[in-house]
Amino acid sequence: MLIKKPASILSSEITPREVYQQRRRFLHEAGALAVAGVTVALLPAVGEAGQKFPNLRKSPYSLDEKATAYKDITSYNNFYEFGSGKSDPSERAGNFRTFPWSVAIEGEVKKPAVYQLEDLLKHHPLEERVYRLRCVEAWSMVVPWVGFPLRDLIRRVEPTSRAKYVEFTTLLDPAQMPGQRPGLLGAGLDWPYVEGLRLDEAMHPLTLLAVGLYGEVLPNQSGAPIRLVVPWKYGFKSIKSIVKIQFVEKQPLTAWVRANSREYGFYSNVNPGVDHPRWSQVAERRIGEDSLFSPKRKTLPFNGYAEQVASLYAGMDLRKYF
Amino acid sequence: MRDQIQRIRWLIKPALLVISLVPLAVLIQKGLNNDLGANPVETINRFTGDWVLRFLLVTLAVTPLRRLFGWNALLRYRRMLGLFAFFYACLHFLSYAWLDQYFVLADIIRDVAKRPYITVGFACLLMLIPLAATSTNAMIRRLGARRWQALHRLVYLIGVGGILHFLWLVKSDLREPLIYGAILAVLLGFRLWYRARREPAVVAGTARQALP
Repeated sequence: MLIKKPASILSSEITPREVYQQRRRFLHEAGALAVAGVTVALLPAVGEAGQKFPNLRKSPYSLDEKATAYKDITSYNNFYEFGSGKSDPSERAGNFRTFPWSVAIEGEVKKPAVYQLEDLLKHHPLEERVYRLRCVEAWSMVVPWVGFPLRDLIRRVEPTSRAKYVEFTTLLDPAQMPGQRPGLLGAGLDWPYVEGLRLDEAMHPLTLLAVGLYGEVLPNQSGAPIRLVVPWKYGFKSIKSIVKIQFVEKQPLTAWVRANSREYGFYSNVNPGVDHPRWSQVAERRIGEDSLFSPKRKTLPFNGYAEQVASLYAGMDLRKYF
Repeated sequence: MRDQIQRIRWLIKPALLVISLVPLAVLIQKGLNNDLGANPVETINRFTGDWVLRFLLVTLAVTPLRRLFGWNALLRYRRMLGLFAFFYACLHFLSYAWLDQYFVLADIIRDVAKRPYITVGFACLLMLIPLAATSTNAMIRRLGARRWQALHRLVYLIGVGGILHFLWLVKSDLREPLIYGAILAVLLGFRLWYRARREPAVVAGTARQALP
């Protein structure tokens, strides 16, 4: 029997379409930058959405749970800067420019500075951390983040003794973020989006600054190029597209507290015992896992991270400080 | 033109029935294709809820359109439109009670009692029941036009309740419920305006035609 010689190009050598398109886009943008007089050497340390990170460490803080599908994580987002619909961010954030990107470190620190993102990142080895994410809207996911502990950065910038809280701010850029445009009554929050943590929460080893997911550069709709991840708090605490990290003495007034302090508190720890006026927090729907006809699963105190974080709140009335 | 319309008139009702079922067909199709997004329960619930409001508003548009343009033939289709509002409201509630609450009665009762947007939504569903139940010709005769009409004015309250239900549900972006609310305001405002204009004629003894 005649066995045909295989084609001379192995299928494994064919560039996947997405990668090819990314390269095209990369070349296109690199060209634009060159025209603008920026050298190619300055190109992002982080890179384009979807680009793979090499040499990721697997963190001991990772869960063993099955991660939610990439498609679900990146198409079902609350990122009101791009619109309040769940699919708005994935549909509208495609052209959001995440390079160049700088993060200002301000306030009660010995080394305040404005860092280019690539400079900020070069001190911190990246690791993969699979975390549960619980939204206040009673759904949850399991996300394989790529990032580094926030506390490594905090130690590097040396907070003063007056620093009690850390305040984070998202980019304010209505030209790029349609949800921030003024106009129609009640269209959103007061911009820019602000979040905050107590310094000890920020220093907790679980608190992550994430730059990727699924081993790849964060897609824009997920908060590129750098976002916070606090897995024991409701999702809205994990602020996206951060441009400023301030060390302050007083508890920051966060975006959702400012919008509705009856419903959202500063702490916003996942807590099935503290009900929310809109959504029961007793149970949650795991995106992509539970079938249409299966009941929701029980929500765990501190989203299942009680063993690691409950001591932060020892002696506090969590009904009052919700 | 008029004659032509007369000739195909028998077709309009069945056609409207089929058209009114299109949203349900779209939903089922999406379900079968696994195309309900990352959170199918939420998608189904929002989709059916949207269609309750749409059918309510279309039903409430019949009277203004008749008054403004003399399209009295529309009256023939109002019952079906109203019943479809009820139909989608039942699906909406079913999607909540089944897919969201898994028929755990204690949880549903707690939700209805505790969350204002659910309280209002549930009250609207309850108010729709007598309207649907008295929608037949026999029931209109039994109740008498006057009493039937008085009962069916509940639909105004249901409309307002439906908008509140939506408005209290959303977290911060009020635009969509406000658009529905503005349309409802126009439709109800028209009735007030029309009544104010007609009031002297009523006093003069001209029988008013059946609102709503």
